[in-house]
Amino acid sequence: MGNVIVVTSGKGGVGKTTSTAAIGAALAQRNEKVVVVDFDVGLRNLDLVMGAERRVVFDLINVIQGEAKLSQSLIRDKRLETLFLLPASQTRDKDKLTPEGVERVIGSLKKAFDWVICDSPAGIESGATMAMRHADAAIVVTNPEVSSVRDSDRIIGLLDAKTVKAERGETMEKHLLLNRYDPGRAASGDMLNVDDMLEILSIPLLGIIPESTDVLRASNIGAPVTLANSSSATARAYVEAARRLTGETIPVTVPGEKRSFFGKFFGRKAA
Amino acid sequence: MNILRLFGRRKSASAARERLQVLLAHERASMGGTDLVEILREEIVAVLSKHVKMEGRRVHVKMERGAQVSTLAVDIEIPFDTGARAA
Repeated sequence: MGNVIVVTSGKGGVGKTTSTAAIGAALAQRNEKVVVVDFDVGLRNLDLVMGAERRVVFDLINVIQGEAKLSQSLIRDKRLETLFLLPASQTRDKDKLTPEGVERVIGSLKKAFDWVICDSPAGIESGATMAMRHADAAIVVTNPEVSSVRDSDRIIGLLDAKTVKAERGETMEKHLLLNRYDPGRAASGDMLNVDDMLEILSIPLLGIIPESTDVLRASNIGAPVTLANSSSATARAYVEAARRLTGETIPVTVPGEKRSFFGKFFGRKAA
Repeated sequence: MNILRLFGRRKSASAARERLQVLLAHERASMGGTDLVEILREEIVAVLSKHVKMEGRRVHVKMERGAQVSTLAVDIEIPFDTGARAA
């Protein structure tokens, strides 16, 4: 049985979709069989970030409604053999995401894939709770700013209350993915630092993704950032996060922390 | 940057951390309490409906948590005719 992971945050625009694509691709590069599932019904974007927007025929809602088979709706990535996308519907209503339908689809995907990564919509409404419902573990994507931290705290509360795992009395495994970290601002004391965030949210750290234009460039060309520019600091941070997700122990490097005095002026590009 | 720190300029990140710590402590407490308030409301409605006709949401339960003491406010609205009937 595969692992079901939800990528969630509460707040919008913090990098859930980017992170889903990047981590999904990083796992697939390690020959794991991966499906990334877009739960953002009505506002799908994972297809665009993955570069598969013109190949969508059937979607999650079609499968739930019985209008298409699961195999018909899955889109195989053109770059990685073991990476698949299950797109969300762009035109349908999010109320079509029924609890029974979602349970059935996730159940089938778990049998066929090593990793089922669910890209949650923003907010705490039904779409978000549906995306987290059957998860074995959660990646909480958080930016180092107050509103994102507050919303993450709220989502952590929901993960501990509204998931199947929580209802069974089991502990939901939660990982903090600190995204859009700016080493310069952290050094100047104008951005919440890693220790602050870990202390406030008190869940283990999966990785720190530095703020970078690589993400924008990757989305422009429709490739997960781990594939678009695999040597970039962002891609490496995502690859390490993916490896930690599989259980490997790799020390987390805080971007910019080991930089020398000169590095402060000359090392910006590395971030 | 370090020179500014020497002169004691308060960094905004520490303000953010302090504000979040206070805010989240309150929100966690009140989120945890939501269920309790809802349970109380349902049970109050159940007890009342044995004696008076209860329609819709006419029972409001509110809990306020303070540092020293918490207060529970229950506001029950009983329509005129049902009150007359019960009497």
